[in-house]
Amino acid sequence: MARFPSFPVRLAPLAGLSLLGGCNMVVMNPAGDVARQQADLVLWSTALMLLIIVPVMVLTVVFAWKYRATNKEADYRPDWDHSTGLELVIWSAPLLIIVALGALTWVATHTLDPYRPIGRLAAGRPLPAGQAPLEVQVVALDWKWLFIYPEQGIATVNELVLPVDRQVRFRLTSSSVMNTFYVPAMAGMIYTMPGMETKLHAVLNRAGRFDGMSANYSGAGFSEMRFPTLAMDDTGFDRWVATVKGGQGALSQARYLQLEKPSEKVPAMRFAAVQQGLFDRIVKMCVRPGEPCVTMHGEGHHGMQPPVNNRPAEGSEGALMKAPEEKGTSPHLTAPRGPASGSGKPGDQTNRNMTRLERPALPGAIQSARS
Amino acid sequence: MSDTLIKTIFGRLSWESFPIHEPILVGTFAVVAIGGGAVLAALTYFKLWGYLWKEWFTSVDHKKIGIMYMVLGIVMLLRGFADALMMRAQQSMAFGANEGFLPAHHYDQVFTAHGVIMIFFVAMPFVTGLMNYVVPLQIGARDVSFPFLNNFSFWMTTAGAMIVMASLFVGEFARTGWLAMAPLSGLDYSPDVGVDYYVWALQVAGVGTLLSGVNLIATIVKMRAPGMTLMKMPVFTWTALATNILIVAAFPVLTAVLAMLSLDRYVGTHFFTNTGGGNPMMYVNMIWIWGHPEVYILILPAFGVFSEVTSTFSSKRLFGYTSMVYAILVITILAYLVWLHHFFTMGSGASVNSFFGITTMIISIPTGAKIFNWLFTMYRGRVRFELPMMWTVAFMLTFVIGGMTGVLLAVPPADFVLHNSLFLVAHFHNVIIGGVLFGMFAGINYWWPKAFGFKLDPFWGKISFWSWVIGFWVAFTPLYILGLMGVTRRLRHFDDPSLQIWFVVAAVGAVIVAIGIAAFLMQIFVSIRDRNSDRLRDFTGDPWGGRTLEWATSSPPPAYNFAFTPVIHDLDAWYDMKNRKADRPTSGFRDIHMPRNTGAGVVLAGLSMVFALAMIWYIWWLAGLAFVGLLGAAIVHTFNYDRDYHIPAEEVTAVEDQRTAALAAHPQLAGA
Repeated sequence: MARFPSFPVRLAPLAGLSLLGGCNMVVMNPAGDVARQQADLVLWSTALMLLIIVPVMVLTVVFAWKYRATNKEADYRPDWDHSTGLELVIWSAPLLIIVALGALTWVATHTLDPYRPIGRLAAGRPLPAGQAPLEVQVVALDWKWLFIYPEQGIATVNELVLPVDRQVRFRLTSSSVMNTFYVPAMAGMIYTMPGMETKLHAVLNRAGRFDGMSANYSGAGFSEMRFPTLAMDDTGFDRWVATVKGGQGALSQARYLQLEKPSEKVPAMRFAAVQQGLFDRIVKMCVRPGEPCVTMHGEGHHGMQPPVNNRPAEGSEGALMKAPEEKGTSPHLTAPRGPASGSGKPGDQTNRNMTRLERPALPGAIQSARS
Repeated sequence: MSDTLIKTIFGRLSWESFPIHEPILVGTFAVVAIGGGAVLAALTYFKLWGYLWKEWFTSVDHKKIGIMYMVLGIVMLLRGFADALMMRAQQSMAFGANEGFLPAHHYDQVFTAHGVIMIFFVAMPFVTGLMNYVVPLQIGARDVSFPFLNNFSFWMTTAGAMIVMASLFVGEFARTGWLAMAPLSGLDYSPDVGVDYYVWALQVAGVGTLLSGVNLIATIVKMRAPGMTLMKMPVFTWTALATNILIVAAFPVLTAVLAMLSLDRYVGTHFFTNTGGGNPMMYVNMIWIWGHPEVYILILPAFGVFSEVTSTFSSKRLFGYTSMVYAILVITILAYLVWLHHFFTMGSGASVNSFFGITTMIISIPTGAKIFNWLFTMYRGRVRFELPMMWTVAFMLTFVIGGMTGVLLAVPPADFVLHNSLFLVAHFHNVIIGGVLFGMFAGINYWWPKAFGFKLDPFWGKISFWSWVIGFWVAFTPLYILGLMGVTRRLRHFDDPSLQIWFVVAAVGAVIVAIGIAAFLMQIFVSIRDRNSDRLRDFTGDPWGGRTLEWATSSPPPAYNFAFTPVIHDLDAWYDMKNRKADRPTSGFRDIHMPRNTGAGVVLAGLSMVFALAMIWYIWWLAGLAFVGLLGAAIVHTFNYDRDYHIPAEEVTAVEDQRTAALAAHPQLAGA
């Protein structure tokens, strides 16, 4: 598999970028190989472009100074406006850089396609033969993250635990609106979308605790839609799984429907068991008993699912169809209005103003990871 | 009264819709009410209403409409920047236990309004205003092709801006981000008035933008002075042509996508809902098919300004005019082929992502060529560092960084880690402030003496310039760094205290920019106060040693722009005339046929605004009434046959004689 070499950080003046201020530039110093390659690509691309940016900036300053009006020494040719040679240079120099960058882009985009299983654990470390990727199913809820571990039969909310040096295959969806799943230390982000499934392959090479978040604005509780990502060695991961399995609570359909309601600043939660096939029902939008599942047009055909769904319409009717009493009011909700509990019904007024300054204590919650 | 009756009459408007419990808004309202009241009282006291109505509001003169667009842009800049200051303040204090001063419902409206206002009601009016003012003068025309349409377009844009402003005090604005992405913007997740304000403000303003685009294309294609072939057209006019082609081809997409969103919200269709066959991804695609060309709609006229300014202040012909024109056209076409780079992270697959990534990079080739062309225009020139040229050099140094980070974001795997981060926010501010806004300031400083007959004060102009340039870098360098630290956009609260220092620095930068804005207003004030002083007053009409046709006429130009339509022999038409010592005609004037002012634009836009507000608040009877009124007013206007008049030859002679005398009393400056 073609790969571009990792960026020789020490050799390049660009290293200054990652040394800036000694702050923790997690995007430039990630813990996972995919993000590492993406960071290298950032550096390579920047270096390529600086080949032309730096001369342009220097020339701007030099010309502005040298040809200032007060400098009567400088050459002045008011009618000189064309030079075929120069024109060739100024079109071909950027062209050459873009050809190089375009080639780099083509290769890198294909090797780092999030849908494609990773080809190595890290530079110089191939995937161990026979190691199956760990599957984690991710659901973006309003406004928290649900992680289902189908092999282990457990689930968590706002707590992602992964074994070090094992490929992870994320299958992602969302319950209501679009979000993006982003753990900067591990790999780039990917959208989570209702009624659709996206995929991401990644690996973490270093034990530790990393931030994860939604990077796509999704409503009132978006700002607190974060989760810690804990990377552990295999024994630590197994121990953690056993702890969760030994705990209480099961993620049934009914429990999911309760969980799905909008809520904010949700502390980490754990479920010792998960109903079979829950994730697929979430993707097909039929968790509620009796709801028909979405069958995508052309489902079963080769390739990606066309995203047009045939799910019967539900949700609010159009404003013009409403009787006067149904119009509701549009109160100005800027000021917090005390506790409101979310409703699973789309468009429900109780979902509008969820912001509270105090942290809710949810039953079954363990100590918040962020407290 | 029964609830049904009240709801029928007032829709969902109620006392609760007024934010009387919100001190920030009550304070703002008090300031606006007192300030607005003072302005209205002053207008009444000085009996200026009639003057404003006759000379400005109903004017079809492209020059006055251009100036009104610039005023609109400046007013809305203050509103949009107030939002920016609130965001910077919130993000610099909301760490850990401190929730900041803005709850989510307010903060989310603030960042949405900031984006919407800055793009639609600051950048667009600035760009349209400059094009309106300059293009007819540059091509030797008396006005635009459709003068009434021009007035109507302006008032529709203003009506859109007023709808957004109304949301500040009645109800609330959208809490969706500036592109109101579905399904979040659908009725299911945004049931209140915010998104309706968004949709109707943009629909009303969009009509204005689209018609203004049609108008300027027709003007440039049909009304150029004899001899001005396409390849003798000034570069600013070229960029205006390209921009308006982009407007005409892109804005209908916005209109369509917003119309579908409003059908979802009002009629219960399922274009972008999660169920019923809807597809929210389609919204994302369509809004960006408009949204990406929009970026070039804004930047191309700025490129045009820089081309004019560089050539004028280097006292030299523009280097590589032909390649400049082709670069503009290549950018225009490629602008339509890159929209997907705004959502590489949606999972389109490697080949699709690579295609859009590479087409995006290709745009940097003509853009780079343009930068080189400006560079080689300075080369072997005599560069005068007046304010417009200072803005241009600052642009060249700032914009290349923004361009570089832009190409970086076009590399899909790099975008995966930088998308929706503060790095992205820093990038687009880098190109929009460093490109569009710097260009607008260069343009304002450059053409102000043409519009008013006196230059802008350089002292306050330099304070404004340095504050903007330094403030920009202080405000946005931290955002680049924060983006690399994995911090994403639109967050109102943070847990990691180590990030705070960067947000504080960014807030300091925003304050420095605020000084720049204040200095800009001060610059205008001081210049108007000292307009008759020797240092600012210009009698020649050509204070900079200009090269294009607009500098051939007086400052400010007469209503008819040119007593005789000039004949063009060279790209730098006015420079060519000066070189050949062409005589200014002083006799033989004829009657000049001109369009007459009309209040129809104000009436139609006002009715559109009433219609929009009624739709937003579900007041169906009023919406129906306003719509019928709108149709009626449009029909009545078609029966208005009193649309033109002639400026008699004697009046033209008098005006031109006055200029002859002024020129004689103040000998022409040597054309540098």
